Amino acid sequence: MQVYLPIAEVSLNIFILLGLGGLVGVLSGMFGVGGGFLMTPLLFFIGVPPAVAVATGANQIVASSVSGLMAHLRRKTVDLRMGTVLLVGGLIGAALGVMLFNYLKSLGQVDLLVRLCYVFFLGIIGALMFIESVNALRKSRSGAPPARKKHNWIHALPFKMRFRTSGLYISVIPPILVGVAVGVLAAVMGVGGGFIMVPAMIYLLNMPTKVVIGTSLFQIIFVTAFTTLLHATTNYTVDVVLAVLLLIGGVVGAQLGTALGTRLKAEQLRVLLAGLVLLVCGKLALELLIRPSELYVITTAGSL
Amino acid sequence: MRVLLLLLLILALPARAEEVVLGLSQDTVSISTNFEGSEILIFGAIKRETPAEAEPLQVVIAVAGPQRPLTVWRQDRKFGIWVNSDAVEVDAAPSFYVVATSAPWKKAISDTEDLRHQISIPRAIRSVGAPMEVPDAQSFTEAVIRIRTAEGQYQLRENTVNVREQTLFDTSIQMPANLTEGAYITRIFLTRGGAVVSSYETVIDVRKVGLERWLYTLSRQQPLVYGLMSLFIAIAAGWGASATFRMLRAQ
Repeated sequence: MQVYLPIAEVSLNIFILLGLGGLVGVLSGMFGVGGGFLMTPLLFFIGVPPAVAVATGANQIVASSVSGLMAHLRRKTVDLRMGTVLLVGGLIGAALGVMLFNYLKSLGQVDLLVRLCYVFFLGIIGALMFIESVNALRKSRSGAPPARKKHNWIHALPFKMRFRTSGLYISVIPPILVGVAVGVLAAVMGVGGGFIMVPAMIYLLNMPTKVVIGTSLFQIIFVTAFTTLLHATTNYTVDVVLAVLLLIGGVVGAQLGTALGTRLKAEQLRVLLAGLVLLVCGKLALELLIRPSELYVITTAGSL
Repeated sequence: MRVLLLLLLILALPARAEEVVLGLSQDTVSISTNFEGSEILIFGAIKRETPAEAEPLQVVIAVAGPQRPLTVWRQDRKFGIWVNSDAVEVDAAPSFYVVATSAPWKKAISDTEDLRHQISIPRAIRSVGAPMEVPDAQSFTEAVIRIRTAEGQYQLRENTVNVREQTLFDTSIQMPANLTEGAYITRIFLTRGGAVVSSYETVIDVRKVGLERWLYTLSRQQPLVYGLMSLFIAIAAGWGASATFRMLRAQ
């Protein structure tokens, strides 16, 4: 059954869209990532114009993140204070990201930037997480106690703040910087930025894994909502029909994912996420390295 | 302007031998939510005052979607990766273009007439001002045709117009699902020995209807309202699903 999307101006199969939303929703609930890093390339692949995919992806992430966040709020695994600090950075970053996006758009290199960003960030984060979580798995199997948190340079910074839910007393500078970085990525790559924020919270801010996912979702909602509004008012690229179909699948998937996530151990979750991140990275890297079968690319005013 | 010229042409040729009387299975294409593409039947008759000449009459039909400017990029290998390198601006290329003929192209119309009326696909694309550093601008235009032909947006359909008794003709045009809104100019040329003896022009109106139209208009005219509406739907759906699942589990 086909459905015509009014803004994207393409006709697509309704079940493919529902399935895509569902798949990404499961990931969202399981890992606390918005799933945009998977959604955006998949939407390109099924024929949605890139600009519409980026903007609508952001809108869909809002829905699946709200759904995921509700579950985490009930379990009290959201550090609202940390989330707010991250959010301040995130909004600044999103505004900067849109400026960068428009500058590169005028040069005709947005597509390249988006791809390079994906390969670079997914590659580094995927590899780091994979090594770390495999080590952690080995340690937990051998029964050795987990290494105690070390004091590092982050603890020497000023403007310290107490985050009770996370059990942290650290400077607000690192969380704000993490937020800015995630905001820039949200605007440029059309993703929520969970895949970079979750590892940053675990490894850089030393937050406990159980509050990381809820807090990440909290921040993602606001940054992607802001990005959606920016795209809707400047580029007119949010397709609400596409978004509704994706989010019907997405909200159901997110609930399933949250339930699945509580049954798996934190280390196992991280190995799975790392593997997935590396897979998407490898696919995108190959596309940049292998000679394309069609050397010419058409861009119109509406697309990237 | 073109209509005016056509009118003048008709007035200037009082002893016009052959004329097209046209019918369309539909003169508007409505894009609704379940739009899956459309097939338009174009049919007509040739009205003539005098008996038909011995040499057979050929029919060439061209349907063109709205003209849009576009940029064509050529990818090149730089630092080991494939990046957009050279660019050529195309001033106007139709979003959709179909040419159907009743005979092989060369037989249906001469090159001079094609040049005059700009019927063939390469002539329908207007490209000027390729930058100096791009010597082979022609290959960029060819790429547009190649890519859009592969996507079914440009079609050259030779021998698909049926002509009966040099009087009746018909063909069907397949329009894909990813249509752009606008006026689709439909031109019919009658040719004899490659020369155009008569032509006729009409418009097929392609437009979004119902919900599609409402959403499209809202997104262009009230973008903030549209964006807030999208967000509201997203938040409501997320919250609703969460509440529903909790109720289901509580039971």
